[in-house]
Amino acid sequence: MSTTNAPIAKKATREGFGDEIVKLGKENKNIYVVDIDIGKSCKTTAFMKELPNQHVNVGIAEQNGAGLAAGLATTGKIPFISTYAVFGSLRMAEQIRQEACYPFLNVKIACSHGGLTPGNDGGSHQAIEDMGVYRTIPNMTVIMGADYHSTRKLVEQAANTYGPMYLRFTRDAVPMIYDENEEFEIGKAKQLKEGKDVAIIANGDTVYLALQAAEELEKEGISVKLLDMHTIKPLDREAVVECLEIGKIVTVEDHNILNGLGSAVSEVIAEEGKGKIKRIGVQDRFGESASYEKLMELNGITVENIVASAKELLR
Amino acid sequence: MKEVSIQELKDKAVELRQAAVTMVYKAQSGHPGGSLSAADIISALYFKEMDIDPENPKWEDRDRFVLSKGHVAPIQYAALALKGFVPYETVNTLRQYGSPFQGHPDMKKCPGIDISTGSLGQGLSCAVGMALAGKRDEKEYRVFAMVGDGECQEGQIWEAAQTAVKYELDNLIVFVDYNRLQIDGTTDEIMPLQDIEKKFEAFGFETKNIDGHSMEEITAVLDEIRESENKLPKCIVANTVKGKGVSYMENVVNWHGVAPNDQEYEQAMEELAGGLK
Repeated sequence: MSTTNAPIAKKATREGFGDEIVKLGKENKNIYVVDIDIGKSCKTTAFMKELPNQHVNVGIAEQNGAGLAAGLATTGKIPFISTYAVFGSLRMAEQIRQEACYPFLNVKIACSHGGLTPGNDGGSHQAIEDMGVYRTIPNMTVIMGADYHSTRKLVEQAANTYGPMYLRFTRDAVPMIYDENEEFEIGKAKQLKEGKDVAIIANGDTVYLALQAAEELEKEGISVKLLDMHTIKPLDREAVVECLEIGKIVTVEDHNILNGLGSAVSEVIAEEGKGKIKRIGVQDRFGESASYEKLMELNGITVENIVASAKELLR
Repeated sequence: MKEVSIQELKDKAVELRQAAVTMVYKAQSGHPGGSLSAADIISALYFKEMDIDPENPKWEDRDRFVLSKGHVAPIQYAALALKGFVPYETVNTLRQYGSPFQGHPDMKKCPGIDISTGSLGQGLSCAVGMALAGKRDEKEYRVFAMVGDGECQEGQIWEAAQTAVKYELDNLIVFVDYNRLQIDGTTDEIMPLQDIEKKFEAFGFETKNIDGHSMEEITAVLDEIRESENKLPKCIVANTVKGKGVSYMENVVNWHGVAPNDQEYEQAMEELAGGLK
């Protein structure tokens, strides 16, 4: 359902991390990458080659990687632990809780293969709970950029902002939405469209779907406010409250509908006591081997479903 | 390193033991058994071996100490109190609201704690990170870590051990407080450790085996390690007795995490005053 006939430029957001971290590492000798053997697919190979003195590879040992990163952070280093989202969240969750979040150390977890993007790897590798896990740990910040350029900017901000943070990237190429000069602020939603009939709040790889859906709705005369909520914690509460003036909100995420973006927005709606929401996301079920697109379709994370959900709220 | 006599270190160990038991007694909560087994090593590290500065606890060139077996915090707190990192009266506040002496070491609340611990198996990884940073930055500091024997049942200990060897962290010195007891029974009953020294050796560590209550042996092994020029991380298996110094606590599983009553406390303080037999 592309709105233009021109081919859309695409790039995986893990590439954004891989490119940005080299630039950051050259500027700041305290930036470290802690690899857990899968540097090739997490795009840290260039960092390893160009900055070997700031690189560590602990092998297939996530828990140790997390603790080692915390040790580095106590000496003023800024370690980025690089692995897949399913391991970077669940396999090392307690180590990160105890050794990074509890003592509030400057440890970053930078994960590729977020959400359903590792489609053909199957359900074992599709991280659908990761952002929810980290959202519940005090002191943690949880981020997913929508495209290559926004991911680069958010990685840069993460490096320059003290505290434990979880950053999640796509394995698959996703459309480029922003140009390289666009600025992003952790914890501050990016408004892509101003509108008055319905609000759509999306993050990560679903922002492009939401953008297409908004354009479809506009063709039918429905005015859409669209937010890229790249940071789900701390949530930009003010931006959500502004959406409550419209009162009808659709959230879209490549994550379980439990405890991700949709849940975070629902909490604000419930506390404010006004507004209605429809949550689009993974339907609290494990994935399986299939193309990324097929898995998104199976869960209703599609342009069509965003359009239909918006219209349902307007009925 | 400071020039300190063995007798002075033994005297400090008496004070450490008394302070640790007092803390647990006043809190009526905490872990005396493992605190007492670690006391002599802690004395040698804090009062002789480590370069640390109570006036500047975050001094970047300081030696680091990681208490991976974080539940024996009272013995480390005793050292911090006696060294002046915190006022000595802090020993009366263990586990109380607002105290720097949290139930387990908290680097945010207590000066002199280099990393928060309490979840077993994790501290050694943090120590490896600190030692690696020291090597990369060409610093002279060393990192001392203490792990429990039961704690070595955690797989992460061995993940950390292999990393220390890979990165040639000869600035890392690991003590295993081998008191042979854990909460549910003896380590042999719960999960036998086999030859813990050989295990570390097989991972590539330079290993030593000592009586963890002999100040002569502790200081001798530390002297030896200080002079060592190989690139291997070091592991000292210290054979100890849980509850060492208080007759009714020695080798008794139940004294892992129980506080003494008034009468027991009085007896403990008397026995400890006489030093180790």
